[in-house]
Amino acid sequence: MLNIIKYYKFWFAVSAVIFVIAVWSLAVHGLNIGIDFKGGTLSQINFTQGVPANAEIQDILRQNDYNDAIIQPLEGNTVIIRTGPQEKERHDAMIKVLTDKFGAITEEQFSSIGPTIGNELRSKAFYQLGIVSLGIVFYIAYAFRKVARPVSAWKFGWAAIIALVHDLVIVIGVFSLLGTYFGVEIDSLFVTALLTVLGFSVHDTIVVFDRIRENLRVRAGQSLPDIINSSINQTLVRSINTSLTVVFVLTSMLLFGGETIRWFVMALLIGIVAGTYSSIFIASPILMVWHKWDMKRRG
Amino acid sequence: MKRKGLYFKFLVIILLAAGAGYLVHPGGSKISLKPLGINYEKQYNLKLGLDLQGGTHLVYEGDLKDIPSDAQADAMNSARDVIERRVNAFGVSEPLVQVTGTNRLIVDLAGVKDINEAIDLIGQTPFLEFREENPNPTLKPNESGEVTISPTDAFSATDLTGKEFTRAVLEFEPNTGAPQITLNFNDEGTKKFAAITQKNIGKRVAIFLDGDIISAPTVQSAITDGKAVISGQFSLAEAKELVTRLNSGALPVPIKLIQQQNVGATLGLLSVKKSLEAGIIGFIIVALFMIIYYRLPGLLAVIALSIYILISISLFKIFGITLSLAGIAGFILSIGMAVDANVLIFERTKEELRKGKTLQQAVEDGFNRAWLSVRDSNVSSLITTFILGYFGTSIIRGFAITLSLGILVSMFTAITVTRTFLRLLVGHNIFVNHWLYGVRHMAEEKPRNA
Repeated sequence: MLNIIKYYKFWFAVSAVIFVIAVWSLAVHGLNIGIDFKGGTLSQINFTQGVPANAEIQDILRQNDYNDAIIQPLEGNTVIIRTGPQEKERHDAMIKVLTDKFGAITEEQFSSIGPTIGNELRSKAFYQLGIVSLGIVFYIAYAFRKVARPVSAWKFGWAAIIALVHDLVIVIGVFSLLGTYFGVEIDSLFVTALLTVLGFSVHDTIVVFDRIRENLRVRAGQSLPDIINSSINQTLVRSINTSLTVVFVLTSMLLFGGETIRWFVMALLIGIVAGTYSSIFIASPILMVWHKWDMKRRG
Repeated sequence: MKRKGLYFKFLVIILLAAGAGYLVHPGGSKISLKPLGINYEKQYNLKLGLDLQGGTHLVYEGDLKDIPSDAQADAMNSARDVIERRVNAFGVSEPLVQVTGTNRLIVDLAGVKDINEAIDLIGQTPFLEFREENPNPTLKPNESGEVTISPTDAFSATDLTGKEFTRAVLEFEPNTGAPQITLNFNDEGTKKFAAITQKNIGKRVAIFLDGDIISAPTVQSAITDGKAVISGQFSLAEAKELVTRLNSGALPVPIKLIQQQNVGATLGLLSVKKSLEAGIIGFIIVALFMIIYYRLPGLLAVIALSIYILISISLFKIFGITLSLAGIAGFILSIGMAVDANVLIFERTKEELRKGKTLQQAVEDGFNRAWLSVRDSNVSSLITTFILGYFGTSIIRGFAITLSLGILVSMFTAITVTRTFLRLLVGHNIFVNHWLYGVRHMAEEKPRNA
């Protein structure tokens, strides 16, 4: 049996370092937000000599560093190209790139566009995250209400939320770094990835907690650290196997799934790995440390 | 044990899987009850989102002539939010709504089926404004030579519009019992309304809806509680309809449709095909892993998982759920959770076998003990999806719907389907072999009481 609880200070330190780097990067660099959030330009282009496939346009624009272009075919020989904010020269250069590659084109419209993720969604996102967290805390407190001693049901709920915040901050932090050094942008798919990580993280943590709940009943009389440690060990294979199956699917999508969803899959992958890690090494040790504090305070 | 009941369950599962398989199969998906003499025929298709399939591209133009130039961008953004809410309420999944240029709105809707309905609905979004008496209206003779003042000229615009409006409530005038509508404002609107009424004591302030005057009461005193009452001459039914329309959001500027066109997918067919192939490769790897690691139960889980995928996709078709990339992400996560339920159960069964229980006992205990974990983890995920689906907009809602449907189906397949299969096999001697379950030893089945 692995003694995970014994080295909790080490795991906490590992997480703390990653967490601090993530928060530091967020504070210093912020996030490299994409067109979905900040808007940009919209250009409607008519290809006089027949419209090329989406992927062809995408490829030639990527080769010329227009990485954020979203291409949408319209009726006729027309496509809409949405990009981030562009200076006039850079936009003219883009038109030239297209002309050089595809022959004569006419630009029927060029205008600014606002974000597709409105203020409403943005301001609501945090507030929703709050309600979701509270909902989870209440449900866990309810489902675990019979384990009043020695660990209160509320602590299970809050520990799950701490692990959740840990996972989300890591994903956001990594993308802050990716945005700074590799120009990766945050789009609406990233929001979905965060939600997925949220669901997975709590799911994973609850399974471990459930085992602790059972062992608290079955092995009454053993010390709390022992119970938590054996619960983690008993669910270890399951935690790893479950994550592995998701990681298999995601890795396959990362390798064969094409350019458009690459960073989306990457965000999921980081989040799932962080979620598995935190359910084993963070959430359960928190229960014990919290319990110890309480014991000390009460003398 | 009640083997008859088990065989019956097995049959139901097989029928369900076959039905789902028929719906999912690209050539199938048409249900016709005509041969049975029932007049029912419907084609079920998978609806794909804007990013995967394209849809309709609508362009609206906002009329900004009454809006001061520094407030125009704000007004357009607020119109954007209202339209998005409106389209979401209509059930068109994951619309793309954005402001373009200074006075235009792009609305992209997935699919083309109910586009006219969607256009009607967007067109019905009320445009609300508050106007005060115009001290010098322009007098214009009409065609027959009479000099009249048009209502929009008799009253001039104020800075209070649908942007500051929050909610409408249907009430009844205490004395006459006539229906009246109370409009509520946000903090900013409350301040603006107080200032307007303060300025216009003894004069009339008019409430305009869609450019028509619906009420122009004379202000008795400044109103500071952020509530305006419309006590027009409308019937109860009219008042009710108006409240419903207002509550889905009121536009700060009037808009009109100026362009309507079909658009293709942003991600493109190639990308969809690639992702699909990658998903299939991923599934094969998962299947191999489950079979190698868990052997016989793993094989059963893979069958249950295939049934799960079939049922989910046919439900997407039946309910007409629009699948975009975000929705597919929710679906993939739910596959992960379905696998998890099986892994939990099998790990538990193995544990019970190692404790020296008989196979039959271990399978039953494995399911029973794992049930609590499966229940708690899935219920917490359902709570999350419910909150996201209820409060969320666009992509968040699409994600929440597919995930919650997936979780519900996965609980059924992981618990009922896998369990039925295992129970059936456990009864046969050839399947009672420790190797098949990945444990070193297994207790002998005790002879049952004859």
